[in-house]
This record gives sequence, C-alpha cells and structure tokens, in this order.
Amino acid sequence: MSITIRIPAPLRSLTGSAQTVEGSGGSVRDCIDDLEGRFPGLKERICDDSSELRRFINIYVNGEDIRFLSGLQTPVKDGDELSIVPAVAGG
Amino acid sequence: MSAEVRIPAPFRRLTGNRARVRAEGGTVRQLLGDLESKFPGFHGLLFDKQGRLPPHIKIYVNGQDVASLAGLDTPLQEGDQVTIIPATAGGTPDAVLTAEQRERYSRHMVLPHWGEKGQRRLMAAKVLVVGAGGLGSPVLLYLAGAGVGTLGVVEFDTVEISNLPRQILHHMHDLGRSKAQSARGTLADNNPDVNVVLHETCLSSENALDIIRDYDVIVPAVDNLATRYLVNDACVLLRKPMVEASVLTYEGQCTVFLPGQGCYRCLYPAPPPPGLMPTPASAGVLSITPAVMGPIQAMETIKLILGIGEVLNGRLLLFDALAMEFRQVRIRRDPNCAVCGDHPTVTSLIDYDDFCGIAAERK
Repeated sequence: MSITIRIPAPLRSLTGSAQTVEGSGGSVRDCIDDLEGRFPGLKERICDDSSELRRFINIYVNGEDIRFLSGLQTPVKDGDELSIVPAVAGG
Repeated sequence: MSAEVRIPAPFRRLTGNRARVRAEGGTVRQLLGDLESKFPGFHGLLFDKQGRLPPHIKIYVNGQDVASLAGLDTPLQEGDQVTIIPATAGGTPDAVLTAEQRERYSRHMVLPHWGEKGQRRLMAAKVLVVGAGGLGSPVLLYLAGAGVGTLGVVEFDTVEISNLPRQILHHMHDLGRSKAQSARGTLADNNPDVNVVLHETCLSSENALDIIRDYDVIVPAVDNLATRYLVNDACVLLRKPMVEASVLTYEGQCTVFLPGQGCYRCLYPAPPPPGLMPTPASAGVLSITPAVMGPIQAMETIKLILGIGEVLNGRLLLFDALAMEFRQVRIRRDPNCAVCGDHPTVTSLIDYDDFCGIAAERK
C-alpha cells in the first residue's frame, strides 16, 4: 500500500528534511506506527503518552479532519493523502 | 413556513457572504429568530438595545414593507420572500467621495462587485488588527490602502532591528519607538483618510471585550497562542467574525471563523505543553511568509465587508513556501467545543497564560 504523508516543517528534522513520505497501514494509527519505525521520535511528537492524537495537532485524510471521521482508527487505503498539521504560533 | 431571505451586503459576514438564505417561521418575528439561531449575531445587527427594530431597518415580505402590514407579527406563507434592507446598506449614508478619493481608489472601483457603493461600504467599516508585526504590517497596509474607514491597532511593543525584515510598517528611524505609533505614521503616509485608533495595551481578559466590541471584523495578527485563544474566545462571546492566520519558518495557515460556524478552539482544542511549540525566535520565520499570509487576511477581510466571493470559513488554507504550494483542508465546528459548542463550558474570558501553561511571549 502507498499512502502519501505530508510532514509539517517542525517535524521534518526527523524525516531527513522530507516534506512528503510514502507510508503504509490500514488506519491512521497504523501509518503513525509505521512512520515511527522508520523515523524514530516522530510518534511522540504527534501522540501523547496514551497514544492519542495531541490536541494541538490535526490529521487530515484526503482533506478531512480525522476527529470528525473515526479518529486514529480512520481507515486509509492506497492512494490516500494524509496531512499532519500542527498549530502554529507565529505572526 | 420556509421563506427565502435576502441578506443585505453589510450583514453577509454572518452568512458566509451568502446573499440568500432560507429560514423558517410562521411570522416575520419567528423567522428572524430562526435566522439568529442559524447565523448568531443577527439580532445584534437588527434590533436596538430595547429589542426593537429601529426605523432605519426595513423588512419587506414579497415587496411590501411589514410596517404597512402587521409589523413583526406579519404572517408568512410557504415560499414567501423576505428582504432586509438597512438604510445604511450603501455604507456611510451621506459619504461623497472626493475627487482625490475617486482617483485614489479608481483601480478598485472599476472592479466587478466593488464600485462606489463598495468603496463607501469599506469607508464605513471598522476593522481591528491585533498586532502590528509580521502579519499585522501587511494586513494594516493593504486595508488602509483599500480605504477601510477605521483601523484599530492593538500593539504595545517597541520596534527592534530583528523586526525590520518582515514588519514592513516599521523602519530604521522607528527603532526603539512604539510599534503602534510607528504603524500609525506609516499608515497615514499611505492614506491619511483612514482613522487609525491605537490601543497601546497588552490585550487581556480585562480589556479584550471592551476593545473588540466596537469593531465589525477582527484580525488577529499575533505571535503567540495565548493571545490567539483570548481573541478567539472574545470573538465568539461577542459574535464577531475573525480572520485568523499564523506563520512559522516557511509555512503559513489562514482561515475565517464566522459566528456560530466554528472557532479556533474547534480547530485546536488545546495548546501544546510549554516548550513543545517552536516560536519565530527559536525556529525562525521567513519574512516572505507573513508577506503572503497577511495580504490573504486583508483580502478575506475586504470580502467580508463587501459581501463578495467565498471566504475561507470551513476551510484551512495551508501555504508552503519551499514547495510553493497552497493546499486546503476542510474544517468544521465541533459540537463539543468548550466555547462555541452546543454546551459551552467557557462562557467568559479566562486566564490564557495559565491555559497555555507559559507566560505569553511577544517576539
């Protein structure tokens, strides 16, 4: 399976500066676990100690916020695009 | 009964710029109540403090003034057409553009959907920009250039040399000077017609409601989350549209929150723990990033005032300067939101420094 995962700027130091990586997994949670295996340290930036999505980070599957779908259990399939978008403070 | 309601342009900032909406009610009074429930803030625009319809607001049912029918108790039939017309629909009622103003705004006034009526509407508008920094500078410059009649500026910082690459309201001769004073000077150099109102104070839970109350559209151009949440909550409580943007490194985000249609807390319910949020000082911010996002905020503000185009409510615009790419994701109101949800737990302003766990930094 190949899912396009967009990495926000604050996390690119963990992906070798890659802004887009290919991922795999049947759900958003599976994709995060897969990312952690390849880019250690990424998961704790996205998820808290309970493995739930941190509340200042949103994940969108094909442009839809997973909080209004099935959360981290939201299914993903080949060809989907997953965007990780954290809150940004600057102005 | 379901009726079509025609919304005048000055009120369309509450309906996502829709000129026609549907509402339910057996009478005009009930229909207006349904409008309020669908688009919070309508009552405040229609009725005076005693809850009466003032003389300058006219309501027509199928072309007939309700004042000649049964007033607000005028019954409605399925398919009726209700039109709301405020006497000030054309902006300042007695405003006449001078020859210089006609020349100044000539490139705008020939645009579709603008004209002299649109220009007068801008000149009657009041916009509050919170912050005169990286985002605030281009926002204020373009709103002043477009002729927004009153621009409120909330800013208490002084100009530092590290500001100059991106905070284009300020110049070398302003170093050490109040940013608010510097901003007013630059805006006046561009357009002396604009009434620039300075709020040289740190926005807080004690003063935010009083400051924000008098403005039509609120544009947070702040550099920290605590103030973002403060402005957001105040806008929800006061039912003000808010044009929000943020930047860091090479990226930016922008959206519009309309009363009753979601807020910043729906998007980001809680801030990160202290230390987990990079700042412009720690991670950097390219000057071009706010230079792109600030004018987008100005554009959305103008669209709200003129009632034209489709504003960004329900969409989060994402900008990546390195990829030179704009993307959008869909965002929505969270029924469980603490401040704008169905059962809000935040009904007054709180301690936002405490909420964010850190002292607000203004760098």
